[in-house]
Amino acid sequence: MIKLDSKIPGGPIADKWSNYKNSLRLVNPANKKKLEVIVVGTGLAGASAASALGELGYNVKVFCFQDSPRRAHSVAAQGGINAAKNYKNDGDSVYRLFHDMIKGGDYRAREANVYRAAEVSNEVIDHFTALGVPFARDYGGMLDNRSFGGVQVSRTFYAKGQTGQQCLLGTYSSLNRQIAKGRVKMFPRRDMLDVVIIDGKARGIITRNLVTGEIERHGAHAVVLATGGYGTVFYLSTLALGSNATAAWSAHKKGALFANPSFIQIHPTSIPVLNDYQCKLTLMSESLRNDGRVWVPKEKGDKRHPSQIPEEERDYYLERRYPAFGNLVPRDVASRAAKERCDAGFGVGDTGLSVYLDFKDAIAKQGKKAIEDKYGNLFEMYEKITGSNPYNEPMRIYPAGHYTMGGLWVDYNLMTTIPGLYAIGESNFSDHGANRLGASSLMQCSGDGYFILPYTMGDYMADEIKVPKTDIKHPEFEKAEKEVTDRIDRLMAVNGSQTASSFHKRLGKILWDHCGMFRNAQGLQKGLELLNQLEEEFWKEIKVPGSKTEMNQELEKAIKVADFFEVGRLMIEDALDRNESCGAHFREEYQTEQGEARRDDANYSYVAAWEYQGPGKKPLLHKEPLKFEFVELKERSYK
Amino acid sequence: MKQSIFKLSSLSHKVIMALAGLFLMLFLCTHLLTNLLMLTGDSSAFDQAVQFLSTNPIIKVVEYVLFAAFILHIIFGIVVWLSNNKARPVKYYVATGSETSYFSKFMIHTGLIIFVFLVIHLVNFFFVKLGLVAVPEYASNNHDFYAMAVVLFKDPLYSLIYVVCFIFLGFHLKHAFQSAFQTLGLNHDKYFPAIKVISTIYALVISIGFSLIPVYFYFFH
Amino acid sequence: MDIKLKIWRQKNASTKGKFENYELREVSPEMSFLEMLDYLNKQLIEGGKEPVTFEHDCREGICGTCGLYINGRPHGPATHTTTCELHMREFKDGETIIVEPWRSKAFPIIKDLAVDRSAFDKIMHAGGFVSIDTGSAREANAIPINKKISDRAFDAAVCIGCGACVAACKNSSAMLFVAAKVSQYAMLPQGKVEAADRVQRMVAKMDELGFGFCSNSYACEFDCPKGISVEFIAQMNREFLSAKLCSHKNH
Repeated sequence: MIKLDSKIPGGPIADKWSNYKNSLRLVNPANKKKLEVIVVGTGLAGASAASALGELGYNVKVFCFQDSPRRAHSVAAQGGINAAKNYKNDGDSVYRLFHDMIKGGDYRAREANVYRAAEVSNEVIDHFTALGVPFARDYGGMLDNRSFGGVQVSRTFYAKGQTGQQCLLGTYSSLNRQIAKGRVKMFPRRDMLDVVIIDGKARGIITRNLVTGEIERHGAHAVVLATGGYGTVFYLSTLALGSNATAAWSAHKKGALFANPSFIQIHPTSIPVLNDYQCKLTLMSESLRNDGRVWVPKEKGDKRHPSQIPEEERDYYLERRYPAFGNLVPRDVASRAAKERCDAGFGVGDTGLSVYLDFKDAIAKQGKKAIEDKYGNLFEMYEKITGSNPYNEPMRIYPAGHYTMGGLWVDYNLMTTIPGLYAIGESNFSDHGANRLGASSLMQCSGDGYFILPYTMGDYMADEIKVPKTDIKHPEFEKAEKEVTDRIDRLMAVNGSQTASSFHKRLGKILWDHCGMFRNAQGLQKGLELLNQLEEEFWKEIKVPGSKTEMNQELEKAIKVADFFEVGRLMIEDALDRNESCGAHFREEYQTEQGEARRDDANYSYVAAWEYQGPGKKPLLHKEPLKFEFVELKERSYK
Repeated sequence: MKQSIFKLSSLSHKVIMALAGLFLMLFLCTHLLTNLLMLTGDSSAFDQAVQFLSTNPIIKVVEYVLFAAFILHIIFGIVVWLSNNKARPVKYYVATGSETSYFSKFMIHTGLIIFVFLVIHLVNFFFVKLGLVAVPEYASNNHDFYAMAVVLFKDPLYSLIYVVCFIFLGFHLKHAFQSAFQTLGLNHDKYFPAIKVISTIYALVISIGFSLIPVYFYFFH
Repeated sequence: MDIKLKIWRQKNASTKGKFENYELREVSPEMSFLEMLDYLNKQLIEGGKEPVTFEHDCREGICGTCGLYINGRPHGPATHTTTCELHMREFKDGETIIVEPWRSKAFPIIKDLAVDRSAFDKIMHAGGFVSIDTGSAREANAIPINKKISDRAFDAAVCIGCGACVAACKNSSAMLFVAAKVSQYAMLPQGKVEAADRVQRMVAKMDELGFGFCSNSYACEFDCPKGISVEFIAQMNREFLSAKLCSHKNH
């Protein structure tokens, strides 16, 4: 029976982390050389963790499914990275950043973790700057900041619309340095398919070599998962097509608890679906809402060209509903409002599933040049994809699945419920509660990897110094490898008639319709039913061409889709359990008269951590109560 | 692979080629200026220049440098071409449609044509001076180049080959001039557009300038 | 729209490849090029044939995974566009589209249109970093950097490592890729400390891996989806020259 212990240290919030660091045990340099760590994933979290651990002297093995660590999906983050530097003298502080994140997350995150993330944010910026990340600067040569969704200070550091790319390339460079030194060994083009547990501790992983198809065993003293979120469960999302849940899910099946799986952020400003074969939604940075105005026609089904619709016949619904924040309401609020309008029949475009984001007024006021300076690259990208020019006509946008606040449950050390198995970055659940604020994911991922995990892992490793290198011939490795091979054989053997993608698409639709932005008990039940049916069909009809002993992209997809069914089911279970609305989780039964989310702090102020009970069995819920000692719980209002 | 021949990196290779090339371009300028003296109507000015150039001891030294530059430029050019061929063993089915500095594609070809011309040219003039080739009967001595030119350019085929070769040299130079600056790291948004224009002008001046002489002798002398 | 495709198929690195012809009906001009290939693959799989292997990931032009040589140009006919951002509206109804993998000795083919670009990573291992350990950074604003210089460093840093420069270059040269990284660091005070060593090490590695020489034909700049300027190549040449001339024997 798993007992949750979040290991949150006592004391005042501002001192918790520094006191805790001082109490953590250390491993001397000679012993570090004998210890091995596996890091899976090379995004901002994985690459930073691997390089920091390599610098400390551990022997690190890093895995990614991409051909190069530089391609991990952190690369696509656009807007920026938050830090509490207070360079703008606008009253920012670590406490304010912490407070904004707790409030933005609708009071469903752990205070101590969030405070720590805010605390290390400044070090992250220092480190990136030292690594040569070309953040935007002002004319005096100092780092520039911009404001970002739903907060009242300017604390976002950025590099045009490519902040994620620049930060990722920074971590990639520090990873390269360790690879050159021989401290880190890189294994690209590997899918992690299982974690190996020996005597209750994580001791290795099973991977599939994506070029040769070989199933490989890798042993270590500890395993770190930095495998990102599972937002691609919706099929259409802003994520890379290769992003998946498989690594984290395999850990879940081996005993790691999965927390708040239904907390998925739907980003309000993505380019809408343009054709039936579309498999990806491209994000337009949230920063566009600083100048763009969101509207739909006042008349249902108005098919006129936007320029033909006069001012008085336009409904600027965000400004109407939220006069205080207007177009700058947080993501969850903006997304729901857009879907509400479209569902009510006011949506625009051929499908009626989009709203306008209009820069006409901003261009008139500030001039085309000013707008071009701010958003030139985004406008260009929009035009490339849609063929329409946003300087002349409004953009069309629609919400899209984006970021998963839920993930593997971890304690204050970022360790899952499996000793020796860590989860960092988006793959854990810890810092964003029920809704993530813009520009805080890059911050959390690099904070976890560079400045938190290297400390907390030492404490665990202090007990491992006498443990010899993991023997990959151990029966547990045999067993894990066999399980993986059996699953692959099972998929290959079906030899049905439908592709993995076609199943994925249908699964995504079920989840989007029934476990998306608006949820209700009945719909969730219905979704569960449909999902189970589809899963049954999947195992009868899936077609995987080719062989398993070569590069086989269809096999890769099929393995991932098979897991997405199980992830989707847990999402629905979690959404059903949570009889309240909070952040991205909006249950229609629990809303205020104005249609806003109604939280139930008395009954649902907990982290829902689910334990896997075996195939076909209902997962077991563990509750980690959330205590708020340093912030006051309030209704989240943006009116 | 590329370091095998001279133990030099690809960049050092290119720098040496560029420096040799620039030196050759400078040489072409002085050569052209000297040649243009032939257009004065009689041989006196030209003969004086030849006299000076063939007796001045500094020029003698420079001549060796010139030889070295030619040899380096040619050998390195061939090495570059050979290794570049190896860098893409399987070619594309559709040749690249990318806009490139067009003549850069043909540097080895134009270069080889110029090399052949160079050999002919050396046999006709320079080797005569050195005494490797017998002085033709119409010339008064081994550096009576004026007389040699007069006779050679009366031959329409010779004149035509000469002009055609200088057109190819023009193509070569159009790319070469700005390319040398790029290789030496002298590309900057402030002045590089000007260098590209100068590159074209230089190529035109050299090829037209040299071509004027056979045209002059063939039609007007 | 209907299109004809001529696609390079090759089972693996050790077998010989060849072109296969396909006809595809009812392609929507709104499809991206890769969605069109997805559409083709769906038909191939359902028809019991092997789908075309091609690499892709983010599908928004930033990860650098995709890269196909389409009708004689890396990433196809549109300027400053990656293959995944290319849309079928760029092509005509009935057109024949020829799709080839990147061709370079340094990028061996893995399968069909997928090539191995790990040579780029190896060049980065040779020096594509600033040597600073986690924890030793000083306050980010301690070193002011002129905005123009910082912006220029950014312009070099936008490289996505897709390999289009190598694919476009008639010599398969990796100069633009290497130059972008060398220049980014050479311009920033943080990177200057190691600049001389870095450029020599990265160039040596580039040579060793079998990329061709640069002959300044500038096709790389023309086909770079991020529009990285060849001025950075000149800058690298400059860095290299001064490193060779000024640095001491033992480093």
